[in-house]
Amino acid sequence: MTTTSLAGEDSRRDPGAAKASNEAAYRRRERSETTALAALAVPGLLLIGAIALAPIAWLFWLSFRSGSDFTLEHYQRLLHPTYTLTLQSTFELSFLVTAICVALGYPLSYLISQLRPKLAAMLLLLVLFPVWTSLLVRCYAWLVLLQRRGVVNSWLQDIGLIEAPLRLMHNFTGTAIGMVHIMLPFMVLPLYATMRTINRDYVRAAANLGASPVQAFWHVFVPLSLPGLFAGIIIVFVLCLGFYVTPALLGGGRVMMWSMQIERNVTYHSDWGAASALGVVLLAMTLAILWAVGRLIGFDRIVGGR
Amino acid sequence: MLRRPATETQITHGGRLWLYVVVGLTLLFLILPSLLVIPLSFSDSRYLAFPPPGWSTRWYEAYFGAIEWRDATAMSFTAATLTMIISTALGTLAAYGMHTSGSRFTQLAYATFMLPLIIPGILIAIGIFLLYAYLGLNNTLTGIVLAHSVMAIPLVVILVASSLKSYDMSQEMVARSLGASRPWAFLTVTLPQIRTSVISAAILAFITSLDEVVISLFIAGGDKATLTRRMFNALRDEIDPTIAAISTLLILISIFLLGLTQLLQRSPNRQPTSGNEATPRDSAKA
Repeated sequence: MTTTSLAGEDSRRDPGAAKASNEAAYRRRERSETTALAALAVPGLLLIGAIALAPIAWLFWLSFRSGSDFTLEHYQRLLHPTYTLTLQSTFELSFLVTAICVALGYPLSYLISQLRPKLAAMLLLLVLFPVWTSLLVRCYAWLVLLQRRGVVNSWLQDIGLIEAPLRLMHNFTGTAIGMVHIMLPFMVLPLYATMRTINRDYVRAAANLGASPVQAFWHVFVPLSLPGLFAGIIIVFVLCLGFYVTPALLGGGRVMMWSMQIERNVTYHSDWGAASALGVVLLAMTLAILWAVGRLIGFDRIVGGR
Repeated sequence: MLRRPATETQITHGGRLWLYVVVGLTLLFLILPSLLVIPLSFSDSRYLAFPPPGWSTRWYEAYFGAIEWRDATAMSFTAATLTMIISTALGTLAAYGMHTSGSRFTQLAYATFMLPLIIPGILIAIGIFLLYAYLGLNNTLTGIVLAHSVMAIPLVVILVASSLKSYDMSQEMVARSLGASRPWAFLTVTLPQIRTSVISAAILAFITSLDEVVISLFIAGGDKATLTRRMFNALRDEIDPTIAAISTLLILISIFLLGLTQLLQRSPNRQPTSGNEATPRDSAKA
C-alpha cells in the first residue's frame, strides 16, 4: 500500500521516471500478449509435431540402427541395382511427367490469362474440377480407358489407326498418362497466377519497337512468366518423386517407384531399417531440390506462385 | 472473326487456331476421363465397354447391398466430419494467433505448419503407422481422424491466414477499445468477416480426409477400413464395375463441394480479396 503511493508521489515529482516505468509496464503487457497469442498456434503444432514429425525423427534414428548398434548397412544396401534402377525410373518418370505438364500447361495458362475474366473463371473451374475429384476415381477412369479392350484401344481400332490393341496400362506409358492427369493442375495454377500479373504493355512496346509477334513472345512474355513456370515445375517434380497411388495402380507392379519400395519393405518384409533409409533418402532429395531452387529464385515465389 | 487481332502483337484468331485446338484438347483430357465413369456406372455389363451394351442400376444395387461397402462409406464420412471440425478449429486458431502475435516465433511456426504438405506422403504414412503400432492406435477412428487432421490443418492455415492478411485488424481494435474482450471481439467482429474462408477451409478439410489414400492404406484396416482403402484394394485386384457406381457418387460430391466454394466466393459478403489457393481469386476482377 505504502510502496505504491510512494511510487506514485515519486513519479509526480519526476515525470521522466513515470514515463519509463509506464513504458516498461506497457512492454511487459505487450510481451505477455504476444506470447499468449502465439500460444494459439501450439495445439496445432503439437498435433503435427507428435503425429507427423516425431515419427519421422524416429525413422531417421531407425535407419542407422541394427539391433542396438550404429550401422550404415541400410544405406549401403541402397546401392544394390534393385534400388538404383528404381531411383533411375523414378527420376525418368518424374522428368517425363514434368516435361509433358509444361508442354500442355503453358499454352493452357497462356490462353486463359488472356481471356475475359468471366470466360477465364469458367475455364479455371474446368482445371480445378480434377483437383477436387478423388484421386482414386481418376485412376479408375484411366484403368477403364486404357485397358486392353478399353475405350481408347477400341476407338483407335475403329478409326483404323492400329490393328491390334496397344498395351497402354500396367506399364510406363499408362503410369505417365495417369500422372500427367493428376499433376497438370498443379502446373497450371502457379503459371496462370504469374501470367495474369504480367503487364501487357511490355509486349505491346516490344511490338511497337519492331519485334515480330514470335520475338515479342519469346523475349518479353516468356522471361516474365519464368517465376510461375519454375514454381510449377518444382511443385510437380517434387510431388512426382514421392507419388505412390497412381504408379501403384496404373503401373500394375511393372513400374517401380521409390515410394513403392518403401511400401514393400514395410508391408511385405517389415524391414524398418530399409524402409526408413529409403524414406530418409526421399526426404533428403525433396528438401535438397526445394532448398536449391529456394536459393536460386527465392522460396516465397515457389510457395506464393507469383 | 478469324481475321480479328487476338493479342497485343496483332496475331489474328486465325493465326493461332492451333493454340485453341491444343488448349481445347488439353481441357478435354482433364475433364472427360472422370465424366466417362458416370455412364459406365449404369452399364449392365461386367465388361466396361463404351458405349455400354445396355443400361441397369445393378452396380448401385451391388454397392448399397454390400455391408462392407456401406460400413466403409460410413467410416469415411465419420472420419471426414470429425477431421473437418478438429482441423478447422485448430487451423483457424493458429492462423489468427500467428497473424496477430507478431512474435519472432510465428515465422518458424508457419513453416512448421507447411511441413505435412512438403514431406512426401508415403513417409508420413509409414511414420504414423510406426507410431500407431507403438500406441495401439492402428485401425481406430481416433487414429484415422488425428492423422487426417495433420494433413488438413496446413490447408486451413493457408486459407485463413491469407484472408486475415487482407482483413483490417483495426476493426477488432475498435471493438476492444469499446470494451470487448479479445475472444469476444474475434468471435463477433473478425470471424463473421472471414467466414467465407473459414467455411471454404472446412470444406477443403472434409474432402482432404474423404480422399486421403496413402495414410489410410497403412492405418485404416479391419472393420475400420475407409472407402478409399477398400477402393484401392479392389482396384489393385480387378476392375470391378461397383467402383464405377461409387466413383459416380464421389464425383457428384466433388462437384457439389466445388460449387459450394464458388458460391461462397461470389456471395456479396465475401472478403474482397479473400485468397483461396484452390479457387483463384481473379474470378471477379484482377
